[in-house]
This record gives sequence, C-alpha cells and structure tokens, in this order.
Amino acid sequence: MCGIVGLFLKDRELEPSIGALLSQMLGMMTDRGPDSAGFAVYGEAEAGRLKLTVRGQNLDSVAVPLAAALGQPVTAKARDTHLVLSLPEGQEGAARQWLAQARPDLSVIGVGRRIELYKEVGRPTDVSERFGLAAMSGTHAIGHTRMATESAVTTDGAHPFSTGLDQCLVHNGSLSNHRSVRRRLEREGIDFTTDNDSEVAAGYLSWKLRQGASLAEALKASLDDLDGFFTFVVGAETGFAVLRDPIACKPAVMAETDRYVAFGSEYRALTPLPGIETARIFEPEPAHVYAWERA
Amino acid sequence: MPSVDLKQIGRRALNGQLHALGPDTNQTLWRIENPEGQHALACGLNVPITVEIAGHVGYYCAGMNQQAVVVVDGNAGVGVAENMMSGKVHVKGDASQAAGATAHGGLLVIDGDASARCGISMKGVNIVVKGSIGPMSAFMAQSGALVVLGDAGEALGDSIYEARLYIRGQVRSLGSDCVEKELHDDQKEELRALLDAAGVDPTVRVEEFRVYGSGRKLYHFNVDHASDY
Repeated sequence: MCGIVGLFLKDRELEPSIGALLSQMLGMMTDRGPDSAGFAVYGEAEAGRLKLTVRGQNLDSVAVPLAAALGQPVTAKARDTHLVLSLPEGQEGAARQWLAQARPDLSVIGVGRRIELYKEVGRPTDVSERFGLAAMSGTHAIGHTRMATESAVTTDGAHPFSTGLDQCLVHNGSLSNHRSVRRRLEREGIDFTTDNDSEVAAGYLSWKLRQGASLAEALKASLDDLDGFFTFVVGAETGFAVLRDPIACKPAVMAETDRYVAFGSEYRALTPLPGIETARIFEPEPAHVYAWERA
Repeated sequence: MPSVDLKQIGRRALNGQLHALGPDTNQTLWRIENPEGQHALACGLNVPITVEIAGHVGYYCAGMNQQAVVVVDGNAGVGVAENMMSGKVHVKGDASQAAGATAHGGLLVIDGDASARCGISMKGVNIVVKGSIGPMSAFMAQSGALVVLGDAGEALGDSIYEARLYIRGQVRSLGSDCVEKELHDDQKEELRALLDAAGVDPTVRVEEFRVYGSGRKLYHFNVDHASDY
C-alpha cells in the first residue's frame, strides 16, 4: 500500500501555498505509507539554466569545485540531505561526469528546468519538515508516502522516480513484469539506479517520450507493456497525468475546482484544500489517461 | 439527539459509543460532524438507530450494518455498507468502489454515481443507484437486486448467479454469462417497490428499465466455456 497526492494549480494566487497544501496532503496519507515519503515541486524556471537535485552528505563542498571544473557559474541551495544545483543548460553531462568522479557518494535524483525532487525515509510529516516543503512555491507538485512491498525501505526506494528531464513518477501498486521490462529498457540505454519496480515504470515512460510520444501516448502504451497493479501520477514540466490499471486495483480520487485539480489516493488527502467541500469530486476510470497541462 | 464532533472524540470513541447502545436505547438519532473522509465510521451497528454523518466518509462506512439507518450527507469511500445484513444506508453523494460488496440484506441507496465493482458478490442486498455505476459491477452477484437509473460500465454482471440487475440507461458491455431477460410482472413489482423505497420520482416508470441476469451457463464446469471462466 502507498499513498499518492498531486496538485495542479490553475489559479496563480495559490502558487506560493503549493508546498503548504502538499505537505498537509502528504500528512493525511501517513496511514497508507509510514515508511518514507517524497515529493517533486515544479517551481520557477531560470532562463538558460537547469536544476540538478543531488542527494547525500557533506553537501557544502559541491558547488564551488563543480563551478571550477565546469568553468561556469553554479549556485546551490541545500535542504537537509538534498542539494539543488543550478547550472547553465547544456552542462548536465559535464556536471554528472564530475559528480561521478569527484563525488561518487552523491546520487543525482532529478534534473530539469523546473523540477526539484526530495525524498527520505521517515514519517511523511517529518520528511516534509526536514525539507521545508511548506514554504515551497510552484505550479504543480506530486508526492508519495510509501509502504514498501517490492523492495527495501531505503531512500533509494522512495518515490518519486525521475528518469528524464522534468519528468517524475509516483506509483501505488506493484508491477509483476518489471524485471523483463527493465532488461528491455537497459538495452535501449535507459539507466536504472535501484531495484525498484516503480523506477522501471518511470524509465519506460522516459523511453517512450524519448521516442517522440506525448505523455498521454506514453501512458497509453504502458497499458500494453506493464503488467500488474498501478495507479500512476506522472509529473512533467507543464503539468501532470494520471493513469490506473485496467481493473482499477488501486484507489484514486480527484477533485477539480476553478483554482486547481487535485489527486489523492483517498478523499482524506484532499480535505486540506480550499473549497474542497464544493469541488467536483470524481474517480478516474480504469485504463483511461487523464492529463492536465498549462500552456 | 447526540451530536458528535469527530474532530473532538475520534473514530474509536464514536464507534465505541454506538456499539455500547442497547436494543431499547432512547438515543435513536445521532449526528456526526466533521467526518473528513475518515474510515470505518458507524461500522458494525446492531441497533435500530439513525446515524447522520455530515460530510464525506472514507472506507467501509456502515460496514456489517444491522438494523440501523446510516445517512451520509456527502460521498462515501471504498466499500460502503460492505457486508450489510439489514437496515438502510443512504449516500447522498457518490460512492467509491465496491459499494454494497457481499451484503446479505438491507437497502443501499446512492443518490449520485457508484464507481467500479458496485454490488460485487452481493448476496441478498438491494441497491438503488440514482446515477450511473462503474465497470465490473455486480461481479459474481448471487442474490438481491441492483437498480440503476443511469448507465452501467463495462462487464456488468460478470459470472453472475441469481441477482437481478435493473438498468435504465446504457450498458457499455455485459460480462461473461450475463444476459438480458424479459421483464416479468413480479419483477416490475419488485422494481416499483425499490424505486419507491429509495424515494425515486414516481414519474420514473418501471418499463423504462431493462433487466439482466444469469445465462446459467457457468454454473458447472463445461470445457466449451473454458475461456469464460
């Protein structure tokens, strides 16, 4: 069992509150996932720059030598065990190479123009607090509370998983053919860093997107190629999408108002949202892709 | 009338108070405020009382209900009135998956829509849904009646036994061994009584419904039907 939450804002006035709302939603899903928690927030993009979210210890000594190695300006913001590095676009490869050589103890867990991604072992409210989620601002965000079933309780196994630029995925369920899909994707050049089945789903979508599919097309194709139980919420630079397996094994509730679209594994998760009492509440149908995007 | 603020006392205390009531209690009308989607509210009741819940509820609300009337003034989560034995459960909003699952008796009324697997394995309950129902509803339904004023999703009544499914709108598809049948007079009577009991507008005519039930081909293993099992 796991808990998923997602929030896509239509009303810009809510953007400064997205972290506060998401942290309350995550807290409501503690019963579904007390092991670990994680979230991705899509904040402001900086023109010509890319954000690299890195996880590990001794994060003070990363930005300066990285900037020196790249010969480019690098800024960094540390939050507990995570560091968001801002570097010029086009420097991702060089930065990854430097990190792999100079700081192999660190893992890059997310890259994009807007995505920042945080995850840790611990109760969801504690995880939110450690990273200061409540103060974060953005246009959309997704989060996950984990009760591990398919792999160990480690930070590596926590969601969201990101395997492509500004892409991330959270998953409630379990995939039964993830080993064979993983082997196929590895041959296609998709890298995996954990043994987790959900990372395979994220890698699958990245592979499809790389081939030119839209997010909705990639999700639709996953219905043929991924076997098992799943509710996915997928974040991309401009929005998010939702898909449930063909028998809707895992729960999902959505709410829409003039101000936002919200996703929760259970209605409880949506109760902190403003105007939820009068929102249009519905359950996404099985095997049907729902997507919201901002132009 | 006892009025309980769930925020103040919590779910266990509420259910404890309801379970402590005797059959001749004078506290026959309860009002529950601030349910906020919590699970297992008003479960396992076995006294003739009315419990009104002011808002949305989570999973398994009014599960195993006997005798009591439970009214949800909002939406209900997964498994509302699961395994109900008698009494009545009325959801004024929508119900999530598996509404009335395995229920043996009583009446479940849903004013809005019910999602997937409504009435799965129902064993004698009567269910009236004023909106539409989701896919795989009445899967392995054994007895009782499911009345739907709107549409039914895919695979209605898959592997059904002897329940009656009265659908007024479109059926997206029928499941294995679920077939349309002729609407007999005794069924019209049953349907009228259920519509009235659920407070459906009397101008809704029983002739607007189609009835579906078992083709009775899956009762015993037959190798010619192996792919349907």
